[in-house]
Amino acid sequence: MAIRVFLLLLLFLSSAIVSFSLYEDQAGLADWHQRYIGKVKHAVFHTQKTGRKRVIVSTEENVVASLDLRHGEIFWRHVLGTKDAIDGVGIALGKYVITLSSEGSTLRAWNLPDGQMVWETALSSAHHSKSLLSVPINLKVDKDYPITVFGGGYLHAVSAIDGEVLWEKDFTAEGFEVQRVLQPLGSTVIYVLGFVNLSEAVVYQIDSKIGEVVAQKSMVFPGGFSGEISSVSSDKVVVLDSKKSILVTIGFIDGDISFQKTPVSDLVENSGNAEILSPLLSNMLAVKVNKRTIFVKVGGEGKLEVVDSLSDETAMSDSLPVADDQEAFASVHHEGSKIHLMVKLVNELDNVLLRETIQMDQHRGRVHKVFMNNYIRTDRSNGFRALIVMEDHSLLLLQQGAIVWSREEGLASVTDVTTAELPVEKDGVSVAKVEHTLFEWLKGHVLKLKGSLLLASPEDVVAIQELRVKSSGKNKLTRDHNGFRKLILALTRAGKLFALHTGDGRIVWSMLLKSQACERPNGISLYQWQVPHHHAMDKNPSVLVVGRCGSDSSAPGVLSFVDVYTGKKITSSDIGHSVVQVLPLPFTDSTEQRLHLIADTVGHVHLYPKTSEALSIFQREFQNIYWYTVGADDGIIRGHVMKSSCSGETADEYCFTTRELWTVVFPSESEKIISTLTRKPNEVVHTQAKVNTDQDLLYKYVSRNLLFVATVSPKGAGEIGSVTPEESSLVVYLIDTITGRILHRLSHQGCQGPVHAVFSENWVVYHYFNLRAHKYEVTVVEIYDQSRAENKNVWKLILGKHNLTAPITSYSRPEVFTKSQSYFFAQSVKTIAVTSTAKGITSKQLLIGTIGDQILALDKRFVDPRRTLNPSQAEKEEGIIPLTDSLPIIPQSYVTHSHRVEGLKGIVTAPSKLESTTHVFAYGVDLFYTRLAPSKTYDSLTDDFSYALLLITIVALVAAIYITWALSEKKELSEKWR
Amino acid sequence: MDKGKAVMGTGRRWAVEFSDQSTVPSSRDILDPPGFSRASQEQDDSANSRQKKDAEANWKLQKAWEVAQSPFKTLMMMGFMMWMAGNTVHLFSIGITFSALWQPISALQSVGKIFEPFKDNKVELLMPKLVFLALNLGGLALGVWKLNTLGLLPTHASDWVSSLPPPQEVEHSGGGFVFH
Repeated sequence: MAIRVFLLLLLFLSSAIVSFSLYEDQAGLADWHQRYIGKVKHAVFHTQKTGRKRVIVSTEENVVASLDLRHGEIFWRHVLGTKDAIDGVGIALGKYVITLSSEGSTLRAWNLPDGQMVWETALSSAHHSKSLLSVPINLKVDKDYPITVFGGGYLHAVSAIDGEVLWEKDFTAEGFEVQRVLQPLGSTVIYVLGFVNLSEAVVYQIDSKIGEVVAQKSMVFPGGFSGEISSVSSDKVVVLDSKKSILVTIGFIDGDISFQKTPVSDLVENSGNAEILSPLLSNMLAVKVNKRTIFVKVGGEGKLEVVDSLSDETAMSDSLPVADDQEAFASVHHEGSKIHLMVKLVNELDNVLLRETIQMDQHRGRVHKVFMNNYIRTDRSNGFRALIVMEDHSLLLLQQGAIVWSREEGLASVTDVTTAELPVEKDGVSVAKVEHTLFEWLKGHVLKLKGSLLLASPEDVVAIQELRVKSSGKNKLTRDHNGFRKLILALTRAGKLFALHTGDGRIVWSMLLKSQACERPNGISLYQWQVPHHHAMDKNPSVLVVGRCGSDSSAPGVLSFVDVYTGKKITSSDIGHSVVQVLPLPFTDSTEQRLHLIADTVGHVHLYPKTSEALSIFQREFQNIYWYTVGADDGIIRGHVMKSSCSGETADEYCFTTRELWTVVFPSESEKIISTLTRKPNEVVHTQAKVNTDQDLLYKYVSRNLLFVATVSPKGAGEIGSVTPEESSLVVYLIDTITGRILHRLSHQGCQGPVHAVFSENWVVYHYFNLRAHKYEVTVVEIYDQSRAENKNVWKLILGKHNLTAPITSYSRPEVFTKSQSYFFAQSVKTIAVTSTAKGITSKQLLIGTIGDQILALDKRFVDPRRTLNPSQAEKEEGIIPLTDSLPIIPQSYVTHSHRVEGLKGIVTAPSKLESTTHVFAYGVDLFYTRLAPSKTYDSLTDDFSYALLLITIVALVAAIYITWALSEKKELSEKWR
Repeated sequence: MDKGKAVMGTGRRWAVEFSDQSTVPSSRDILDPPGFSRASQEQDDSANSRQKKDAEANWKLQKAWEVAQSPFKTLMMMGFMMWMAGNTVHLFSIGITFSALWQPISALQSVGKIFEPFKDNKVELLMPKLVFLALNLGGLALGVWKLNTLGLLPTHASDWVSSLPPPQEVEHSGGGFVFH
């Protein structure tokens, strides 16, 4: 008996483990993975040699990548750490990509063709300073010109061949800030220009061979500098004075410093404050003044002269040598829905080498950056291509008056994600082009049949795989029966909203936020505004995008309402108050618009939508709406309750004042809040009871008003390992956000953050570092309601004489108790999420975003406080796993299988209509989507179920029955005749 | 059981016909032959048939008791099978349990039919029927008990609570860190 049960259990367990993984040919069927790089900061073209033309880019997401110039595909890519921001990029020796990162303290060389790291050098760094990289243009391949790097107060010369530091020079003197490091071409002298306390210009001449200071000159400028600087030639720079009204040309020919002052008002009439723009143009600088961009030519004597003036919305590239000692630069400006690309010679601005007009999608916004590259056409003339970075962070290559390719790099910085339904399929409306003819359908099934009967040739296998990936209807733009087709709405840092199709990840629509009050609001967060479900079925669903004009928290907010089906903005309103928190309420009006409260900095809350109906709904529930704030700096959690309409102060009847109700104060000397978490408001919980072995009953404490708070001792708030176990402790709390009551407190001595947690139903799972054990730990806390535990009389339950479904209030002070258990976990974690299904019946899996940017699915059964070392027979049958000290990492249970979601930031799950299945979307620099069935797809046949085989089997059986019947009849007849 | 019934049925029909004819007055229009004494023969005949009937009733009662006690054997058999099947829910144990439930129910449904052959004015069938019913009910109870041990009966509080959704909350709260 025991053996039998054990075998059964083993079978069950092994099947359960198999259910995580997928077969090789199933990869890419339901999942997709998109690779991005982020907003490009620097770009270096590599087009000299024949062969693959490429561009090396570094981005704001700390990615260095090599892109194919023909198609925009990624040849190779490296995502550096979040603290490893790239300061400069260059190509040395024609074969190495050099990157300077971490504020000038790390220099790396990557092999240009395949992106392998060749060498890495850690440079000494004393304090925070500008970091400057200058890679010499190498004319002779075999000769090693050193790379000059300035960073952290030191100037280094580094050999490009092996990364050896040839010499370093200390510039860490107090108050001295290095602004430019210049080396005239072919010269052995390096000029280091810096300011002392922004009032004295100092120039050092350094021998580039040995790193010794040859000469040093300094000169005090009485007005002081503002720090904006533009180097116009190898011996001249132009800076702005501290009032931003005078341009100062600093010449340092042969080490002698000379100042030449030119008031901006001499150049432009009625000038306001000026601003030096970043493009490096030879003997010229671009200045932004009076909302115009003016080009100022710098004469030989430091004389300034305005040569051209363009509109404000112009982006320019650095100048680039073209034939015959001439330099050219590209500028791009907008005109309506078109952009004009012009390439001009620096010396003769009237000589326009190239003028192109390109139609541009207005949802890409303005041009932010231009990088230009030239090539020699077959007729020996110069051709130009321009790489432009748009306001939505997208990257486009323009060549010969057309967009050759574009990359939606905005998706590398997703800030908030929600999902939305697709429109219902209407009769007579053929939305998709993927509809198959009957013949194709049949052909597909015959192919599948061949595959399942192992008759398929290798070509057939490829065809089958292709067919499965493009499986009929997967990419349709209509709702499906299982809810597998959905839209993923992603808000990016650039303030653009993307709708991605779950079938193949393509962009269905995209929209850049706009507002009247400010040109481009920042997107903050995304909410479901209207989801027609029972009422208002004629309306399209819509989402609310909360944005803000400016980065300051007191900046006025902007609300945009976007139609999900069409991607068109319904309305957008400048709400005139700040946005610090958005509270979606659990009430909807008659058109299924969800009520939202928006809290501002003064402590008022504002009700949306601003309709009288919403107001009456809100006033009905006025007493029951609470609001809490977490002050991470002062360590206080405050609970507020609605007080009254703020009619005394403003005439706005949708504005309400609040009153502080409770506070939870953490002692600042011993505890610092590092993480808070609540349940997802839209999570569905199937049952309130938890049935243990022997039908024992526990009542879950399922409340939306629970806040999980993790605090560490202030010393332990730093990096892992920076404190001793005695100095650091981690305390977690479960706090009721209505009454401020602390339901549970758990202290971990000798433990440290960062804490990553997930909260679902009645349990919290959190991940932290145990300093004593030198290991990461995962703890689960389950919370149960003791006051309901009396409800165990079967007859009362049968007759319905219980109050288990009656609404409960937090003021009834329910007695709770918790169960918890801790385990070691071998990996560092970036984020944790949990699967969510439509009815909440399916068992749950934790989705752990690991440090390797993969997602690990871990059954909730592994983090169950009821696990014991030797589970009883009944417990084993129930599926309780024997307790082990660490959680298993099963390689097959990585849901990302071979992919890596580089720079993983978050994981979002959403239920499909099929109870067994959940959508999983992970974002970071990359995007990854898949569907998961934590308990297998128990409610549907798998995709690769062969209907044709079933049909053929049935037909064959029927035929066999008929034939045998006929045969037996015949035989019987002949028997009778005998 | 069927065989016994058939035998009894034919025997009875014969007996009835015979005695009836002998008592019909019209048949006595013909005078008895000389030396024949009807009285003694009738008396003898009636004594004989009563004796026969008594035996038959006894036999019927005995048979009825046998039938009534027959479920006991199946009960024992079932008990043994159930013990063999174990307490886990799988195909075997469910099959046995449901047959254990079905057999008494079908027997109870046809209790009248089963005892019909033994119906007689002189035979007291109540007790056998009661015993039969009791034993079958016992079998049924055994089945139900088995069903319960398999955990298939909603006799626990958990069975009634697990479908209850969590209660609504009166208060609503939201918030958290402020947006930066």
